[in-house]
This record gives sequence, structure tokens and C-alpha cells, in this order.
Amino acid sequence: MSQDFRAPSGGRIDRTRLLNFRFDGQPYQGHPGDTLASALLANGVRLVGRSFKYHRPRGLYAAGAEEPNGLCELRSGARREPNTRMTLAELFDGLEASSQNRWPSLRFDIRSLAGLVSPALAAGFYYKTFMWPPSWWEKVYEPAIRRAAGLGRAPRVADPDDYEAAHAHCDVAVVGAGPAGLSAALAAGAAGARVILCEQDFALGGWLLSEPAQDVWFGHVIAQFAALSNVTLMPRTTVFGYYDGNMLGAVERVADHLPEPPPFVPRQRYWTIRAREVVLATGAHERIIAFPGNDRPGAMLAGAAATYARRFAALPGRRVVAFANNDQAYDALFALQECGLGVVAAIDPRADSPAMAAAAARGIRVLAGSEIAGTLGSASVTGAKIRRRGTTGSETNLEADVLLVSGGFNPAVHLASQSRTPLIWNDSAATFVPGAPVQPQRSAGAAAGIFGLAAASRDGARVGAEAAAACGFPGTPNIPVLAATDADPALVPLWEVKASGKAFVDIQDDVTTEDIRLAHREGYRHIEHAKRYTTHAMGTDQGKIGGLVGAAVLAEARGEPIAAVGLPNFRPYTTPVTWGAIAGHHVGKDFAPIRRGPLHDWHIRHGAEMIETGLWLRPSLYPARGDSDAWSSILREARTVRGAVGVCDVSTLGKIDVQGPDAAHFLDRIYCNAVSTLPVGRARYGLMLREDGIAFDDGTTSRLAADHFLVTTTTANAGPVMEHMEFYLQTVWPDLDVQIASVTDAWAGMSVAGPRARDLLAGIVTGLDLGNDAFPFMAVGAGEVGGCPVRVARISFSGELAYELMTPAGFAETAWQAVIDAGAPFGLAPYGLEALNLLRIEKGHVAGAELNGQTTAADLGLARMMRKRGDFIGRALATRPGLTDPARPRLVGVRAHAPLQEIRAGAHLVAPGTTLSLGHVTSVTRSVELDCWIGLALLADGESRIGTRLHAAYPLKDSVVEVEITPPHFVDPENARVRA
Amino acid sequence: MFVIPCPFCGPREEAEFSYRGDATAQRPPADAPVQAFADFVYARKNPRGWHVEWWQHVGGCRQFVKVLRHTMTHEIGGSAPATGSLDVPPS
Repeated sequence: MSQDFRAPSGGRIDRTRLLNFRFDGQPYQGHPGDTLASALLANGVRLVGRSFKYHRPRGLYAAGAEEPNGLCELRSGARREPNTRMTLAELFDGLEASSQNRWPSLRFDIRSLAGLVSPALAAGFYYKTFMWPPSWWEKVYEPAIRRAAGLGRAPRVADPDDYEAAHAHCDVAVVGAGPAGLSAALAAGAAGARVILCEQDFALGGWLLSEPAQDVWFGHVIAQFAALSNVTLMPRTTVFGYYDGNMLGAVERVADHLPEPPPFVPRQRYWTIRAREVVLATGAHERIIAFPGNDRPGAMLAGAAATYARRFAALPGRRVVAFANNDQAYDALFALQECGLGVVAAIDPRADSPAMAAAAARGIRVLAGSEIAGTLGSASVTGAKIRRRGTTGSETNLEADVLLVSGGFNPAVHLASQSRTPLIWNDSAATFVPGAPVQPQRSAGAAAGIFGLAAASRDGARVGAEAAAACGFPGTPNIPVLAATDADPALVPLWEVKASGKAFVDIQDDVTTEDIRLAHREGYRHIEHAKRYTTHAMGTDQGKIGGLVGAAVLAEARGEPIAAVGLPNFRPYTTPVTWGAIAGHHVGKDFAPIRRGPLHDWHIRHGAEMIETGLWLRPSLYPARGDSDAWSSILREARTVRGAVGVCDVSTLGKIDVQGPDAAHFLDRIYCNAVSTLPVGRARYGLMLREDGIAFDDGTTSRLAADHFLVTTTTANAGPVMEHMEFYLQTVWPDLDVQIASVTDAWAGMSVAGPRARDLLAGIVTGLDLGNDAFPFMAVGAGEVGGCPVRVARISFSGELAYELMTPAGFAETAWQAVIDAGAPFGLAPYGLEALNLLRIEKGHVAGAELNGQTTAADLGLARMMRKRGDFIGRALATRPGLTDPARPRLVGVRAHAPLQEIRAGAHLVAPGTTLSLGHVTSVTRSVELDCWIGLALLADGESRIGTRLHAAYPLKDSVVEVEITPPHFVDPENARVRA
Repeated sequence: MFVIPCPFCGPREEAEFSYRGDATAQRPPADAPVQAFADFVYARKNPRGWHVEWWQHVGGCRQFVKVLRHTMTHEIGGSAPATGSLDVPPS
């Protein structure tokens, strides 16, 4: 078949070039300028899909984003994109598309038998039919329904293309480049405003593309834009959402019209556009009339047929019947007649009108006061049943293969409505039009209910100038106004023809007039309820062509005017947006940023296994030759620390520099323990509470000078602690003279820990006496290592003699390497996060699993740290009875007895033979001190249970381990080692 | 998304800020009863209409600023430094 339904001339297509494409495997040809829809039509393809629920045959119904039926899977493999509107898909050479929702083929779809049992599939049938037994829903009903209903298939492999996000700012954003939008953009641009004009089609022009008679004006306007560098034209850009702050969301289809994106070009670009003023020139959508069989392939909106004929020279059939209640629709009939199609008749419920008279003058049979009560044919329209309006028994059949439908036009108010503009009923057009805007926004042309090309262009010019003036660009620019005579559409509302058979109000979702009435009978009177009960106005088209018709049927059932029923709320997305565009670059490893410490490269070069902690990558362990598995590395590293000396990268600890005359006073209020009593040159462990009395974070504070402190936080809370301090300093105690700065990234940190730590460091630290008397536990000083300036603090997380060295980040590797090199004679090994965790559990130091947002200082055994005098954050609320209850879970240790018996983190502690949880295990590890699994736990009446035995139960793994409850310190409870 | 006029940096995207809640709640003096602290931490009016809120310009000057926001419409009515004050229109 080679374009048998292509008109011999006309259309905005390039006939000199042929494009080959496939639909359901069948080869076809089209031209540049075609959409997939127009090319299929030109090849006589009338059946493009099967319906959602009944699997009825469906053909193209519209020519734009409002298309309900023409959804396909575009491309194949990893680039397969389901539910693509054929009407928006630009044709390219090699395009492949498949129909959806049919099996085994589009023509012989076995599930169309669903139509025979359709009474069982009426609105709400899911809720009524598939209730019992409840256990069948997940296993039987839902999978079966999903297979039978639903739309296209998502690809199962990753999308190979790039998507990107972009931001734009302008004075005036104009949405839609029809006569109103072009005029508005030109007027605003000529006044000097910065303008962005978005058009979802690949060509500017809107309805002008279907009106070759206006090409002179159209060309003149387009030419004027060339001289306006302040106007940005954005074709292929769909504005899908209107948000607070006059922000528009849009998707630009950068490379969708190409077989695949060129190198370094994204497939789509997700735009966030901020405009001082917005002009909505989104045009109008033609609406259907609900009559039996109005969904049969061959039935089509009148305006869509005009677009196919005039813009694409694609003809929907050979013999036409039109069913319309307005004069605008006759324009389409005349267009098809001019293309040589046979016009069988115009069926019109009205008595007469100028267009009906004009049609008669063109020799068209006009049946006034009549209506269509049904369609003939099976997979395609072969004729229509005609009768006198509202009179059963007078039916006669007319043969035709194209059935134009027009029930009038609805302004595309979706974006206006999203911006909270109320919708007002307009009687003469029988539709909702935008009322007074709330945000700085104006509707123009058909989107405002102002129909007709000349009226739209005049309105657009006026509104564009107003928007520019509102941005400070006054004046009335002299722009060409389209000269044409707009005829009154003389519309008489007609929503429904009541006759036997399924009359659809939502063609995509298979919702009929009877479904709406059923919803009403069953109590779903509100439009939002009826929508959800029936699925009316959902799906990719969001009810653009039938939404108001459904509302009208509901209004009749309620016995109220449509204005009282209204439309369901419009929300983004006005048209579907692909997930790729929303995700942008935030996929795979780019889902979140990665933070690498200053020693990262050293760790990688030395074979460290890295682990994600928050955004950080940290060394988890350093596998060595001879290590049989991860545990053997971890245990080896921990034994090295306990027996000799190890070095650990602690650069990710949060570091906050606090300075000022009131710094000590400020930190007294931030920590629950005293800081102001700390001498210069000493560090202290500190605990912060939240204002509600719960423990927040811990760390050490070093006093570097009387008015200068360095606070460290846990890695995870570096940001939150900084914000916490800023909040109190700026809003609660602005009178305190204190400055704070986050210096986390400025300093590298390394902990040198183990009984040989001092021996090692004494050989490389210069300018600082590390002797036990000169530099005791918790001393702070400064010196040099390998020529690098270092701050040294004698603090320990592992429980061993330990020193924390901090050096400016740029010196990190030099200082670290100096420690590594000097450490060889002492048996030094670097240790990772796993060994660090093992060591701190043995020592009974709390970490994130214990500082879990539920524990108090007392729960953690730190009650004695809390100051008795003076204000600090959390002081008052920590005294509440619920937080001071002695029966609260307290920190204890747990140990298993058999050497390899594993305790699991998260296990519940229960008395043997009972099921009541007394607490849970927070952290676990294998111990190098005790040759068994140990852990920390939060246990009710913890202290009094020390020495008893409980079961650590982990039912998910069917594991129960007998554990002994111990104090939380497994090594050196007297703290002798750290002071050695 | 709305635009917040930072008193220090000028108008900036909402995405640059982090929300910190009701700016009318005042931390009680140190010697206030526990109940006053409980109200400071937990009791909120949740008004429909104009609301003075803390927004920290985390992606900018890091200052906590007072922002007047309409909780129904998301309209931003003005902003002030932490120590400044805002006139709250009747809702």
C-alpha cells in the first residue's frame, strides 16, 4: 500500500523525500512533515489500537495531544516508549511502532470477547466482582486484570539516552504558538520584554497550519521574530504544569524526532521556566457527542479531519458524514469536499444556520433537526443510523466510511486551572472559560473562550502588550493583525443521543454514559467521585475531548446545570511526561552526589574496599594477602590496634570551628555537659541533646584558645549539628558574640591507635612533647609531621592509647604517608570502618544505632554528664517523667557463649520461653578480646539484668541465641589503656 | 515552587531554603516551667492563612530568615532578618 489516502497536492509535507517506517511490522512510507498518525492515515490504516477495557477496535480520533486512541509503543528494545501519542510523534526514516493492548494481533484480538460480557464490566466492577476471597486479589485477580486491561509495556532494560534539566527566566512566557500565542509573543517582544514562546508541536502556527489561506500573515509574523533577539522560540516543548510562583514545567523533545540522539545531545530536556507574566494561548479542544458507536474507527473529530486534510494532505476515508451542532465543524466538511471526498450528508440537530445554508449551497445534503443514533460496521465505520432528533423508530441508514463529530469546543483551561484561576460557565459556547486569574497570568484567544482566528490574533496582541506592560515595557507595538471574518459558531448544546448501544464519554478509558448514570445511582454524585468510580477523564488524554460531556451526563442525572457539577480538578501533568525526563541525570551512580575524602585516592591505590556512609565513600577494610574473607581482614586489623598500632582515616567527622568572646558560654548551652570549664589545650567528650531532651549527637570539643574551640560531630550529623547551632545562635541567642564555620572539608583526620601509638608518633611529630606527663589523655596541641602542620588530640574511640591528628586537607596524603612509613617497625596497619566499629563496640562507645532519636543521656549511661546548673538545650524537657523512668531501656552489653554463634543486630531480647520483647540489640560484632559475638543493646531494667541470660530472637531468620547481659564495656572498663 | 526574598541575597528559589517551622514560637527563659518548654517544642497553631515561618537560606547566606507565607495560597508576603519583625495581615 503506498499512501492511497494522500491528497495529490497540498499539505505542509515534503513530497520530494520518502520516509520508510513500520507499524506492527508492516512497512509504510510517509514524508517529512508527517506525524506517525498522519502517515498511517495517508496509508489507509484505520485501526490503530484496542480499547482499555472492552478491547474494542479504535482508530485515530484527534490530531494532537488530546488523542485518546492512537497510543503506541514507539521504537524497540531499550528505547521502547509505551503510550506514545501517534499524533505528536514526528515521522522519521526507520521509525518502528507497535499497537498496544491486543493479543495475538490488532485485527484478531481475543479479548474483544470482553465486549460480550460487558455488563459485568460496568463502572466499579473491580470493586464489586473481585472482592472474595480477599486472598485472591493479589495472586489471581490483579495479575489477570493487569494482563487484560492496561496500556503499553515499559522496557525492561535501562534507557540508554540522556535527559537533562534546564532553567529559564523571562518577563513573559507564552504557551501555545497559534494565532493568539504568536500575536502575544510578537506584541510583548516588540515592546522590549524578554519572551519565551513554547509550542508543543514541531511547527509553530497551531490552527494556522490547518488554514493555508492565512499563510501570508503567518509568514509575516514568523519573519518578524527573526529580528527580535529577546524572543526565544521553543517548538517541540510541552508545558505540562503551572506551579506556585508563576513557574511553568515543560518538556522539550530535543531528539525524539530522530532515530536516536546525536552524541552529547539529550533525548529530552526538562525545563523549569519562571516568568513574571504568563500568557496562556493553549487554544481549544473539540469535544465529542456521546452517541452509540461513537468510538468506531472512522469516527473522528471534525477539526482533526480538517487538520489531516489541509496540513498533512492525509485523507481519513472516501465518503463523509458529519454530525455537528455548530458552524465551525462545517469548515472541516468543506475541507474534505475540496480534497475530493464524497460528502454524504451533514447531520445537525439545529433547525438552520449560516453554515448549514452554505453547505446546502455547495450541494451537501443537510439533515436539519436530526441526529446519529448509532454507527454501522465492525472494525470500521460503514455507515450511520440517522433519525429525527429524539425520535425513535425513524432511523434510516446512510453509508459512509468517515464520520465527523463535533459537539463544540472547550478552551484548554488546564494550565489556567492549575494556577488556581477559577473556571466560569459560559452559556453561549456551552463550556467553562477561565475567570479572573490569581497568579500574574492571562489567557488569550480560544483558551480564553475567544474563538475565531482574527479574534484570537487581536486578543493575543492585546494580552501580549498588557503582559509586557505589567513587566515594565509599556506601549502599543504596531504588529500585523490577521484580517479574516470570524463566523459565529451558532452552537446549540448537544451532549448525548440516547439510543441503545454503548455511547462513550471517555473513549480512552471505555467509560459510557450508562457508567456515569450508574455511578450517580450508586451515590457517586460529586464529579470527583464519579471520575474515580468510572475512571472517567483519566489516562493519557485526561478527558480532553469528553470530560465535559461526562460532566453534562452527570448534571442531567443530578437534575442540575453543568455549572453546578463542574469539572474535576486539573493537576499536572496536563500531558504525560516520560520518567526519564523527570529523573534527568539523577540515575544510577548519579542518583546522589558522592563525597570523597582527601585520602580517597590513597585508599583506592592500597586496595581498600570502600563503603557508602551517607554520601561519603569510606574505607571499609583493607584486604591483605592471606586474608581468607572480610572477617579475617577485620579481625586482623582490630588485633593490630589492640596489640600494636593502627591508623584510621577519620576525615569525615564533622568539624565546626567556634570562635568569639561568648564561644564557651554558647557551647555550654549547646552541650548538656560543661564546656566553659575546659582549660586551653584540653579536649572533652560532649553530648548534645535536642530541645525535647533526647540525645542528638556526640563528639569531642577541643579548646584551642580561650575564645576558640573546635567541635567534632559524628559523620552523619555534621550538617544537622551545624544547622542546629546556627538556628540557636541566629534566632534564640543573637546577643551572643560567636562565629561558627563548618571546617569538615578543610581538615583531614587520622586516628593513630594502639599500645605502640606514642612510640610511633614520638619519632615523627616535631614541635610537641608527646610524653605521658606533658601530653596526657585528652590533651590537645600542635606540631608537625613530615613537614605538615598538625593538630594533635589525645582522644580515643577504640579504647586504646590513641592520638587524633588533623592536618589541612591539602597535606593529608603527605602526613598519612609519613605515619604509614614510620609505622612499619611497629607493625602498623591501616584499619577501616568495620574494625573501627568492632573496637568501639568492645569499648562500649555509642554510635548512630544507639543515638537513634529515642534515647536519653540516662538511657546511654551518660546521665552524670548532664550539668546540674545553668541552661542548656534539652535541660527542661529531659526532666519529664517519661524520660526519667528508671524502667526505660538502658544501654547494656550482650555476649554469646559458643564462639561462632552469631547475634543479629535488631534481634529482640526475650526471657526464655516468653515472647515479650524487653529490648533490642543495636550493634553487633565478633570480638577480638572475647572470641565470640558481642553486641550493645537497649534493655528495659538493663542494669538490674546484668549477669542474667536472655534470648536474642530474630524470627525473620529463625534465629534464637542465648546471650549473657553484661555491662556495655568489654575491654578496659577502668580506662587504663587510654591513659597509659 | 515559590520565590523567597532573602533579606541578604535577594529573591531566591525555594529549593535554596530549608524549612524550620513556626517563627512565632519563642524559646522560654531558662527558669520557665517545663510546660513552657513543652509548648515551645510541641504546641503549634497550624493557622489557615498568613504564617510567619523560619526558612534557612542553606544554599546561600545560611541565615535563618522570617518569611510571611499564606498557608492556603503559598503567597509570600515578605521576609525579615531573624531579629526583625513582620507585619502579619489579617487572614
